[in-house]
Amino acid sequence: MKLNTNSNSYIIIYSAILVIIVAFLLAFIFKALKPMQDANVALDIKKQILYSLNIRGLDGSEAEAKYAEVVKEEKDVDGQKIYLCDIDGEEICVFSLKGMGLWGGISGYLAIHDQDGPTVYGAYFNHESETAGLGAEIKDSQAWQEKFIGKKVFKGGEYGSIALSVVKNVDDAATQVDCVTGATLTSNGVNDMIHAGLSSLMKEIQQGVKECGTKGCGHECAKGRCHDAAKECDHDGAKGCKHEAGMGCKEGAAKECGHEGTKGCKHEAGMGCKQGAAKECDHEGAKGCCADKTANE
Amino acid sequence: MALFSKQNREVFTNPLNLDHPILGQVLGICSALAVTSQLKPAIVMGLAVTVITAFANVIISVIRNTIPNRIRIVVQLVVVAALVTIVSQILKAYVYDVSVQLSVYVGLIITNCILMGRLEAFAMQNKPWPSFLDGVGNGLGYAMILVIVGAVREFLGRGSLLGFQIIPDGAYEAGYINNGMMTMPAMALILVGCVIWVHRAYFYKEK
Repeated sequence: MKLNTNSNSYIIIYSAILVIIVAFLLAFIFKALKPMQDANVALDIKKQILYSLNIRGLDGSEAEAKYAEVVKEEKDVDGQKIYLCDIDGEEICVFSLKGMGLWGGISGYLAIHDQDGPTVYGAYFNHESETAGLGAEIKDSQAWQEKFIGKKVFKGGEYGSIALSVVKNVDDAATQVDCVTGATLTSNGVNDMIHAGLSSLMKEIQQGVKECGTKGCGHECAKGRCHDAAKECDHDGAKGCKHEAGMGCKEGAAKECGHEGTKGCKHEAGMGCKQGAAKECDHEGAKGCCADKTANE
Repeated sequence: MALFSKQNREVFTNPLNLDHPILGQVLGICSALAVTSQLKPAIVMGLAVTVITAFANVIISVIRNTIPNRIRIVVQLVVVAALVTIVSQILKAYVYDVSVQLSVYVGLIITNCILMGRLEAFAMQNKPWPSFLDGVGNGLGYAMILVIVGAVREFLGRGSLLGFQIIPDGAYEAGYINNGMMTMPAMALILVGCVIWVHRAYFYKEK
């Protein structure tokens, strides 16, 4: 039987069979290789986080081991991943960043530690399709990423906005990094990405500063919240800190937090707590002191 | 016909010299510019194109008598696209860092003129084994140029080869500077032009 390869029915059947075979083949390959690909992507993310902590040059199992040693906890705050790390006893917070470059998405990891206020410990940026030699320098130039080290996140005591930025003309060398030459738009993207990524840090610090008197101090990543004077926490597990009167905490407020695990601080009556209110916070996990207890009285 | 008869040997060696895809047929220039800023991606890309061209040639050659004439370009495209997708997935699974560097360019192999050119010109009219040899020959010819351009660009543009620093620090201190233009795609075009010039002057004998 000689097939007429040009008849319509033959063409249709042929195309259909071809498409089905190819579809099955591709689906099979995808399924079979997915575990390896996911492992590769996961390892790559770990390496990027290590880069942002200035630990470069590791690969494979070495990188995995170092990551396990350094990264203590992974948090998810409104969809943003924050990694709490510990290097030689120092607490460092790595914020994951996501933004838009010129031709496609950009991302990065910014490591912040407390050195007289939130300061950049290290940075790593990545991109999907920026131009080689220009926008791609945010990833390829280790020297540019290292420019971020030591920059302050906030200017002076102003916690209203994030001062750390990437600008064309640097006025304030303590908080600003120079753009990549010829890659203004990509650099602007990095700038916006940093501001968006650190907004949760800013909110936390603002809250802490406002309510130092009532809420007690809880140390998440930003240690420089209410405590300029009292840099030590003398609680195991509890989040409170010693307050020197007048250092952001109300006068006469108790100098110690007397709660294991709870967030409150002791207040002398009249110091922000209603008269006659209990002097101790006895709320497990409650954020406010006395105010909540006497609210119904 | 013997496996490596004279005719088959010619099928394999022609694209390496006289009938070179880039230098002779002037096909596949685009990706030759994009992935050659470093040697390693250039080698991987060259190998990928060789493998894909060879197997696409074989597959099309095997089914060449069954392909309806009216949709033959479409069928060729489907075969090439499927092969490219499979290769790109394999790269992502086994050599992830290289696949990140090659990113979109592996996908662009589908549009590489060399493939469609060889499928139409050779695989549709020849038996599987000669088609395979033709695919390998053209792929290797293409890879050769990529490796040459990639090596020159990486050496002069970064002072390294395959990531290993070749130019000693002493030279940098004495005043040597990496040629930044070499990392830009335009330089690749100029280099390919130089290679074509050398090739035509010394290796190409007009038939």
